[in-house]
Amino acid sequence: MTHVRGLVCRECGRGVPQSPIHVCEHCFGPLEVDYDYAAIRAVLSRDRIAAGPPSIWRYRELLPLDDAPLVGRHVGMTPLVHARNLGEAWGLRQLYLKNDAVCHPTWSFKDRVVSVAVSKARELGLETIACASTGNLANSVAAHAAEAGLPAYVFIPVGLEAGKVLGTLVYGAVVFAVEGTYDDVNRLCSELADRHPWAFVNVNLRPYYAEGSKTVGYEIAEQLGWRVPAHVVVPCAGGSLLTKIRKAFAELTDLGLVEGRPPRMHAAQAEGCGPIVTMVREGSDVLVPVRPRTIAKSLAIGNPADGYYATQAVRESGGWAAHATDEEIVETMELLARTEGIFAETAGGVTLAATRKLVAEGRIGRDEPVVVCITGSGLKTVEALENRVAEPLRVGASLSAVESLLPDLQSITTR
Amino acid sequence: MPVLVRIPTPLRRHTGGAGEVYAKGKDLGELVDDLDRQYPGLRDRLCDETGDFRKFINIYVNQEDVRFLDGRGSQVKDGDEVSIVPAIAGGG
Repeated sequence: MTHVRGLVCRECGRGVPQSPIHVCEHCFGPLEVDYDYAAIRAVLSRDRIAAGPPSIWRYRELLPLDDAPLVGRHVGMTPLVHARNLGEAWGLRQLYLKNDAVCHPTWSFKDRVVSVAVSKARELGLETIACASTGNLANSVAAHAAEAGLPAYVFIPVGLEAGKVLGTLVYGAVVFAVEGTYDDVNRLCSELADRHPWAFVNVNLRPYYAEGSKTVGYEIAEQLGWRVPAHVVVPCAGGSLLTKIRKAFAELTDLGLVEGRPPRMHAAQAEGCGPIVTMVREGSDVLVPVRPRTIAKSLAIGNPADGYYATQAVRESGGWAAHATDEEIVETMELLARTEGIFAETAGGVTLAATRKLVAEGRIGRDEPVVVCITGSGLKTVEALENRVAEPLRVGASLSAVESLLPDLQSITTR
Repeated sequence: MPVLVRIPTPLRRHTGGAGEVYAKGKDLGELVDDLDRQYPGLRDRLCDETGDFRKFINIYVNQEDVRFLDGRGSQVKDGDEVSIVPAIAGGG
């Protein structure tokens, strides 16, 4: 069973058969999956989706696999949390958090794209999985390659958070810590993909891989009772997630599964690495690459591949964009943890801090439903909170030792 | 010794399948002119009608993105390496 007709260039429209290729041979535009939507429409319904597994594979008709998935059967269907406490603090009645900090198995949204890509790698006959990563992708590629029983070559920039490095090595992947930024890693991997027959999930398998991100949008719609939120705020690194969530809502609309105005898509980036947000806010049509300087390392891509398309998606949807400073990032991570009991990574701090600015600027109405995408777990980026949170109270194992501290606790708990 | 230029797969039809070729010039503009003399049609694949590099192509001199250098005016010298890399790759 497949609804995939092949690949098609987003720029010039030329079609090519399915293969490990990501760029149009004619115009260098990105290749995208070409689906037979008429066939999908004939079989897909809300009831059919509801009867599917509690994972991204309930939307299998809209994902680019020809056969059953090889790995990642439990990925997705993460909670959509109605954040009443944080919403009250910010005066937002309908604030929702799409919480991929608890995505199975590696605690980030990357499990969605990698389960598709690794399954596709096998369909295309590739035997080695590889990626260029800022960390979350590294974790997910290593885990899913292990599940598939395939070797993994993972390329990361030096200096990533310890949890992200260990959380890749533990699965047995070969990790290359490249001396440079993510953009250096990315350029290197593009050149390696031209010379070695490896499945670079976000290079030569990118057309298939990126489609996995659409499931964030499908899940948001279904979890809202097949309603469309007014706003979705998305963290941007390469910019693909934002464009694919928008595509998800467009597909659901075209297939008759939802009605109403598609959501306004808002981009969130760190001030120290925000080329997409800068394009939106300055009304520019030229992407100016930057050298990243931010604690939000998972978003530290100074030359985003989908920068133009993410900017276009923001504009066409009627959305906007905001930067977050490093101080705002950690402050908002703490605020989220203390109001909602959710520990997001630095990217979550970026997205929430940007949301607060968009509300303050009047871009998001206080009574409108807004979904904020939390894309990874705070336990992977604990370095960001060093010297921020209180020390544990070291105490002897006696009643008197604990009770002697109690009078001072008021000042600690209200810190 | 001239400049080594790495040619990505989509452009190898122009270079007879070669993934690495050599070219000469003081800057990238001259280098592209020389490439086009050796492999006619290559300039149009690399540059738009205004002469700038196309939006979906990134050019690197010794691993440095030329947008951090001087674009088409970026200096090159014998022994340098130039990489032509499709822009749409990587990231989320």
